[in-house]
Amino acid sequence: MKEAENNPIVSLIASIVSPFIMLFGLYVIFHGHYSPGGGFQGGTLLAASIILIRLAHSSHTGQLQFPAKLGTPLGSLGVLIYYGTGLAALWWGGQFLNYAFLPLAEEISLRRSWGILLVEIGVGLAVMAILVSIFDDLLEEEDHD
Amino acid sequence: MHWELELVFFVILIILALVALMVRNLLTAVVMLNVFSFLSALLYVVMGAVDVGFTEAVVGGGVTGVFLVVLIFKTTRRSTD
Repeated sequence: MKEAENNPIVSLIASIVSPFIMLFGLYVIFHGHYSPGGGFQGGTLLAASIILIRLAHSSHTGQLQFPAKLGTPLGSLGVLIYYGTGLAALWWGGQFLNYAFLPLAEEISLRRSWGILLVEIGVGLAVMAILVSIFDDLLEEEDHD
Repeated sequence: MHWELELVFFVILIILALVALMVRNLLTAVVMLNVFSFLSALLYVVMGAVDVGFTEAVVGGGVTGVFLVVLIFKTTRRSTD
């Protein structure tokens, strides 16, 4: 974006608020089974906390926190976790994404709980990485012209 | 159940959408769209769809506004009228 002077108040407030947004995003991801929220919302909150640091500080600080070249590999890893869970259920004899066939626990309900948690971690990782990399791609051309 | 609240929300939503369409300044239009998103999230919560309202508040009010502001700063208006 435009070269704005580094405002200390904005930087301080962003530094204070950003970890709490990140913590709330993790809470939303890990409590997605039985409360509103889930992988998409939690991933968006994580991306919002990272984008807040990138907006308030210099771009160098944002790159230290989450390097831009990490976006595509992390997004791909999230998609792989999602499809890996589904294909693992397929491998152990069930249907695609049928968590009851995953050999994670003894009870069926616990198996479903762990399966949903795995899928939501994958979705959250993919959404966070892709949203941050969209933001980086929007800002990237500025350096060249 | 809360029909008075929903009526107020709907009226404000229509006003905000009209302002966002009519206004000349693009930054003002983006802010109006953000307020639109938050109010529609409130409307979803009042109607009982907490999950949809949460998604609307996070995506429409948080990330979309940042992206649109970045796009406004990166583009220029060709005509000067």
